[in-house]
Amino acid sequence: MSLVQMTATAEPATADKKQRKSGLGRYTRPALGLLLPLALAAGWEAVVHFHLASGRLVPPPSVIYATFAELAATGELQRNALATLARVAAGFGLGVVAGTFLGALTGYSGFMFRLLDPTLQALRAIPSIAWIPLFILWLGIFETSKVVLIAVGVFFPVYLGVTGAVASVDRKIVEVGRLFRLSGVGMVRRILLPAVLPSYVIALRSGLGLGWMFVVAAEFMGASEGLGFLLVDGQQLGKPAQIVAAIVAFAVIGKLTDWLIVLITAPFLRWEDRVRTDTVED
Amino acid sequence: MLTLDHVGKTYPNGVRALDGITLDVKPGEIVAIVGGSGCGKSTLLRAISGLDTPSQGRILIDGEPVTQPHEKIGMIFQEPRLLPWLTVAENVAFGMEHLPRRQRAARAAAALARVGLSEKANAWPRELSGGQAQRVAIARALVPQPEVLLLDEPFSALDAFTRADLQDHLLDLWADLRPILILVTHDVDEAVVLADRIMVMRPQPGRIYEEITSELPRPRDRQSAAFDFVKRRVLAALDRSLAKPATVDDTQTTSSQGAALWW
Ligand SMILES: Nc1ncnc2c1ncn2[C@@H]1O[C@H](COP(=O)(O)OP(=O)(O)OP(=O)(O)O)[C@@H](O)[C@H]1O
Ligand SMILES: [Mg+2]
Repeated sequence: MSLVQMTATAEPATADKKQRKSGLGRYTRPALGLLLPLALAAGWEAVVHFHLASGRLVPPPSVIYATFAELAATGELQRNALATLARVAAGFGLGVVAGTFLGALTGYSGFMFRLLDPTLQALRAIPSIAWIPLFILWLGIFETSKVVLIAVGVFFPVYLGVTGAVASVDRKIVEVGRLFRLSGVGMVRRILLPAVLPSYVIALRSGLGLGWMFVVAAEFMGASEGLGFLLVDGQQLGKPAQIVAAIVAFAVIGKLTDWLIVLITAPFLRWEDRVRTDTVED
Repeated sequence: MLTLDHVGKTYPNGVRALDGITLDVKPGEIVAIVGGSGCGKSTLLRAISGLDTPSQGRILIDGEPVTQPHEKIGMIFQEPRLLPWLTVAENVAFGMEHLPRRQRAARAAAALARVGLSEKANAWPRELSGGQAQRVAIARALVPQPEVLLLDEPFSALDAFTRADLQDHLLDLWADLRPILILVTHDVDEAVVLADRIMVMRPQPGRIYEEITSELPRPRDRQSAAFDFVKRRVLAALDRSLAKPATVDDTQTTSSQGAALWW
């Protein structure tokens, strides 16, 4: 294709894009993402409704909704969701504190990096689920071992994000701080913290994602309550709708907590020079 | 009064970037430093700023040795280096944390007005053009009222019109408090427009090779014969500084080409 042709075809495409952007508006554009899941759900509902499939192993949306409503009405759902949320919160808190502290230390000091990073990287190479038996031996089968497992999952993305971000703070910007004779604390507060915040938010979000992943593993290893318990219980008693309801609850709460991080940090990140501004709230 | 006393700098990799630089700058004086690439101009400015320490010699401001960034010395770099997370006004106020909020805001607003950017006070740095961003950097550096302002190729990233505009602007701002200006530039016109004294440096090791004083009256007319005369002197000096390098130069730097190729 010649250059002339390329520019000729490119132009209407961009014009088209612009038009569509303004045409769809800010409310309809996010709705576009709902189209596929809604269509699939409606399709499956119809298939089961017209008895083309039994829907016993793959319950249709109406059954899942009914189960969900029932679990909510008895308070089962809230109790289990709260138990899981509490574990994630404790593990996330621990993991974030440790990851931030060690990340800042190794990012700031080359000596600390050479001292600690190889060990931490070696530990990171271990699939964290492999720790479960050991944690149970050491910490028992109750809350402590679960929280520690989640903390381990959260720790690594946070540590990696923070150490990378701190180490790569632009020397030129740090020099501005030095020229204005900032103290150590001032340098951290006014230069380093704001500079690492965007990567820190990303690190927190991936940490939280792993936290949600690991809470399931933790609850599989034996729990009497929690969304993971609902999963195991649903499997053992042959209640697929309960399993799916628990999965939906995971998805909703996971998304909500992630969104909470974005929401809380957004005011501090308005300055960011983004290529696409529409990825912020996804 | 700024004094450089036999300042030398050898980098850890063994490069002798500066050697025996001795210089006295009177209050209010504008000094331009020109010279080929790699002759140590930035190294010299960073030493004066206190960001780097010289390996030999001393730098004194009003008799006080400069070993780290000093409140009487400000610096402007080739890039604006604004903090992207602060608004334009907050960037200008960056060096005044010790002042009460009200006073800080007032002084930042005044400084912004002085560089003609009042309407950008609440903009983010990313929303500025290159020339506007550099003006904000100038405002930020001048707000603490330094006695010495160091400028390392401050306008070299800008187009010719913006550059001439900012040179005039800088002189205008300089006239308020008349700090010492030490300006590194690759633009001979810029050096002649601004400076009272033009130091021509020579590399390996970086030394002051020639000093040209210019007593052109201000404001300076870039078209005048006197301007042209000073400019020719600077070009000739640059030419000489490059024609006879301290080390054996195997390229064909003839003296007629030197002036054209000195950067
Ligand atoms: N951090 C550093 N470590 C080692 N050598 C350096 C360092 N910075 C500069 N140099 C060397 O010191 C010499 C002077 O460098 P400097 O940056 O001061 O030159 P300059 O005159 O500012 O050049 P330019 O006009 O290209 O900006 C060069 O040979 C350079 O390679
Ligand atoms: Mg330089």
